[in-house]
Amino acid sequence: MYKKKSFFFFLLIFINSIYINNSFAIDPYSFVQETADRASEALNKRQSKEEKMEILKTIANETVDIRGIGFYSLGKHRKNMSDEKKEEYLEIFSKYFLKTFSSRLAEYTDPRIRVDSQKKLSDKYTMVSSTLLATEDKPELKIDWRVVTKDPDNPLIIDVVIEGVSLAKVQKEEFNSIIQSNDGDINVLFNNLNKFVEKE
Amino acid sequence: MSRILKIVILSLFITSSSMADSDGQNELSKKTNGQVKDCFEGINRAVFSFNEGLDDLLIEPIAKGYRSLPAPIRSGTSNVLTNLSSLITIPNNVLQGQVKTAGVNTGRFIINTTVGIFGLFDVAQAMGFPEYEKEDYGQTLGVWGVGSGCYLVLPVLGPSTIRDTAGSFINVMGGDPYYNVSTHGNNEFLDKSDYMLTKVLTGVDFRAKNIESFENLEKNSMDFYAAVKSLYLQDRKRKIANTKPSATIEILYEGDADWEEIETQ
Repeated sequence: MYKKKSFFFFLLIFINSIYINNSFAIDPYSFVQETADRASEALNKRQSKEEKMEILKTIANETVDIRGIGFYSLGKHRKNMSDEKKEEYLEIFSKYFLKTFSSRLAEYTDPRIRVDSQKKLSDKYTMVSSTLLATEDKPELKIDWRVVTKDPDNPLIIDVVIEGVSLAKVQKEEFNSIIQSNDGDINVLFNNLNKFVEKE
Repeated sequence: MSRILKIVILSLFITSSSMADSDGQNELSKKTNGQVKDCFEGINRAVFSFNEGLDDLLIEPIAKGYRSLPAPIRSGTSNVLTNLSSLITIPNNVLQGQVKTAGVNTGRFIINTTVGIFGLFDVAQAMGFPEYEKEDYGQTLGVWGVGSGCYLVLPVLGPSTIRDTAGSFINVMGGDPYYNVSTHGNNEFLDKSDYMLTKVLTGVDFRAKNIESFENLEKNSMDFYAAVKSLYLQDRKRKIANTKPSATIEILYEGDADWEEIETQ
């Protein structure tokens, strides 16, 4: 009798823990839709471009894995870097990323994104497919979002794929080109990033 | 004589393309990690700068002028050009083994050319035809396993690869029925200048649709040449992979171990 009671007690705790875990895990599908809606709302507001850019930077800081994109963009070159150099890089990259991200998006007015489906690539990553709906001037665009789900309670976007073109990959190849055309000197990339961030 | 010369050039292109990145062995069907070599980077960058200058001076202003035309004129022009492109897409559908798609595209072409008045109106789309995907001979060579060869920047025409340039040669060697009819058709309705005009209009129409995207990319790039190259090569890879439905994501990240190695979150 005692054994039976203990079994049900532990079973109850087990079921509860599953319920609690699931209730806090955020579905990548809903996460992307919510993030896209937040960005769309910011772009719809009657504000100056600079004000919009500030809101977009806040959204990016909360929803994008800037550290992950930064390391991915370095490719093979990050393997030869010291920890200090990596931290220095991440600091500049973060500023660079937020500037380009907000500047690229601020050009849009009233973008409407419909999330269509999601596909789990591994325990770490899920791809979420969406459509940027057509307007009078622009055709419909397919947008896929690579979401890091290593921490299910805090999913983060690590790549945006527009019509099959990965923006993280474009950035990685751009950085690699700068480093390679300067005999592998990573400091040239640092200088270029700094110049870009300071540029008006 | 000029036909023989074209065939020789084309054969050289395809041979060098399939041999690119290999040590002389035939690598027609061997999988690579998707890297395309920029063997002529110095020349490519010079041509890219020339193209940028030409774009600033001539192409972008023309594209902006075209954009100021009333929307029905622009969409009508775009529809006619898309309809004409079916003449290249259909044989390529067949060559890639997509017989059903070739049939659908043939139906679309017939309906749009007749009911749609020479393609001015996309009647087929209104009738519920599936979305149209352009195909070309460069894509077909890719589907057949021909490697892309080195990356090239062509004067005026822009980014390409040895394989894709060879594919373009096939158009003027009998692969494009519209070229054959207008240039060699010996008829009173079309001549070579009509063919050239449609090619120029296709370029202007494409540029006009991408004015903001190009400006945005240029403004936010530290190495614009490298960014354009990456965009072009990824886009071509996707188009070739599209022959296998839903393969895009797997193809996009193929051979890229960096995602698994980075420390995220």
